[in-house]
Formats: sequence, structure tokens, C-alpha cells
Amino acid sequence: MNEKNQEIAQELERISGTDAKKCMRCGKCSATCPAYGEMDYMPHEFVYMAEKGQIEKLMESDAFYRCMSCFACVERCPRQVEPTNIIEAVRLLKIRQQGQNHLKPEQIPALLDEDLPQQAIVSAFRKYSK
Amino acid sequence: MVFSYYPGCTLKTKAKQLDEYARRSAEALGFSLCEIPDWQCCGGVYPLARDEVATKLSSVRALVSARDEGRDVVTLCSACHHVLKRVNDDMANDEEIRNKANNYMGLDVPYAGETKVYHFLEILRDKIGFDKLKEAVKNPLTGKKIGAYYGCMLLRPGKVMEFDDPGDPGIIEDFIRAIGAEPVDYANRNECCGGYVTLEAKSLAKAKSNVIVNDAVANGAEMLITACPLCMYNLTKNADGELPVYYFTELLAEALGVK
Repeated sequence: MNEKNQEIAQELERISGTDAKKCMRCGKCSATCPAYGEMDYMPHEFVYMAEKGQIEKLMESDAFYRCMSCFACVERCPRQVEPTNIIEAVRLLKIRQQGQNHLKPEQIPALLDEDLPQQAIVSAFRKYSK
Repeated sequence: MVFSYYPGCTLKTKAKQLDEYARRSAEALGFSLCEIPDWQCCGGVYPLARDEVATKLSSVRALVSARDEGRDVVTLCSACHHVLKRVNDDMANDEEIRNKANNYMGLDVPYAGETKVYHFLEILRDKIGFDKLKEAVKNPLTGKKIGAYYGCMLLRPGKVMEFDDPGDPGIIEDFIRAIGAEPVDYANRNECCGGYVTLEAKSLAKAKSNVIVNDAVANGAEMLITACPLCMYNLTKNADGELPVYYFTELLAEALGVK
């Protein structure tokens, strides 16, 4: 791992509070993930690539926008790796960069319908914007 | 019994029924929900980032308000419950977050997670008792086949939420029996409806909601009940078909004769 990748890996560990090295590669996180079919990198790959320092590659994907924060992976992980925390940290590494907000207020009117609960908008802003 | 009540933003707008029927039912069952003054939005999702404290402060303020009144907190919305419960767990068990939050807020008495956070269903189970609820029912919903929809936020992560067995929960089924109806068992009752992803990838939310609704229908459910406005939206607006979905408080109020 070169120096830059090491720095990003440390930042990811600091934000996520999880240690990817604890993973024993059982794959239960991806097996239980309701979004696995929609992600170009699946939860177990987030964990593996975080450990290997390949985080910029993850940041270039849009897999982390598909995570629904359902915590199924956290519940099933036998090693308390908390894969969704790693996915969240990659998303934050991306959207905390200048100009990288994924959801912008001006997009909202077109997404609204009369039944959409406020909860959906608030949650999406928390997940997709800084 | 008096509880500090945290309604959350959606219960004041798109999910007024969830709130209104809960208040009426609480009164009928002999406990009061005293709304926390000037509560602020919980943010809808628990901030997972270890370095974020500001996004947890609205929850801390609600928890401190209840503590200062000498009461425990009751929530209804699954998302609010999830956020308040987990932030409370941070304040009790995470020294760094607790110190940062207390330093910022400058409270006369620092907060360390003393308030207990209950979901309304937990009040029915643990404080009232489903047997007592059954006795209080005036209009049992006899013969109705109801699917309990748990979703994610109430159950996981189980070791923090401590709501029920996250893999095989039973509290909503017990609630359904208590109001005189028949619970329908179906595998997808604790699977994700798609949540906020409806704004990012509607097709994904549609697919997830359809799996749940189709499974419930295939197992004979005539309706689903939920505690979450966003689940309600996904299961009714993003799923195909016409399976009715109700807030559990609406059926509770109906059974208690206060609808």
C-alpha cells in the first residue's frame, strides 16, 4: 500500500470506527444485503478493499449510494466488522469533498409526490449531502 | 404513567394518523404522552460516522429534556426511535461522543444516557402488558388476517435496539393477537422496504417493496401494519397491487373504540 492509500485507509478507519482486518471472508454481509444486485461493489468487497487500501476505487463507484442502511450486514457479521459503517465512510470520503454533494436541494421538487414523507427527504439529505 | 413524547417531523405532517391514534389509545389505556417542548428533527438516519457529533445533538436535547422532567421517552416512528435509541447508547457508552456533546452543550448537569427510550409498542408489551391490552379491547378485530411488518429500524442492530429478536421477532404478532386479529407469518417481515433509496433509485425501492407485499399476500395477509411512515410510503406507493397498509396505532384505536 503506498503512502497516499495508507492515509485514505487511516481516514476511513477513523470515520467508520471499524477494523476491516477482523473480516474472515465468510460473505454473509453480501448474502444478506438487499441491495447486492444493484451494487458494482458488494459489501464484502467494500470490507476487503478497505483492508487492502483500494478505497479510491470504491469512491469512484456509485455502489455506496445504493446502501439502504438496513443493518442486515451488521446484524449477521460474526466478526463485528460492521460493513455498513465502512460503506458509509466511503460515501463520506466522497461527499465531504468540495462540490461532491450527491443530492442538491434544487433536485428535490422534481422528486416529490404528494405522499412522500418528510422523513425520506431528511434521510436522503443526511446520506447524500454534506 | 406520564412519558415524554418525541413525535418527529413526519408525524406532524404526512403521518398524522400514526400520532393522533396513538394519543387517543394512550389515554384509553391510562398513560399520557407529554410532547417534548421545542423538539428538533432527529435527522431520520443515525449518523454512523464516528467523527460526527453535531448531527446527534437534536436527539441529545430531547433525551436531556426528558431527563430533566424525570421521565422516560416514548417514540412512534421507527426511524426516530432508531436514532434516539442509538444516540442514547452513544451517550451512555462512548466516552468521546459523550464528552464532545456535553462540552458543546454546556449543560448544568452533564448527560450520560440516563433516559430510557421506549417505542410505543414496548410500552404496550412491557408497561401495560398485552394481556391487559386484550382486556381493554372493546371492538376485537376478529377474523382479520394481518401481516406484521417490522422493517429494519426497530430491530437492528439487535444489541443496541433490544426491541426483540432481530431474526425472529414476535412483538407485533403478539400485538395483533391482543387486538383480536390473526397474525400472518411471512418470511420477509423484517426485510428492508428500500427506505430513503426511493429518492436515489426508485426501481430498487419498488423491487424491495414488491418482495415484501407479494410474500405477505401469498401467505394470506389481508393487510399489513407498520410503525414507519417511510415503510408505509414504499409499501403502498412503490409496491404494485392494492394490499392495504395501516399504522398499528390506527388498528389499536379501532380496537379500543376510540378511532
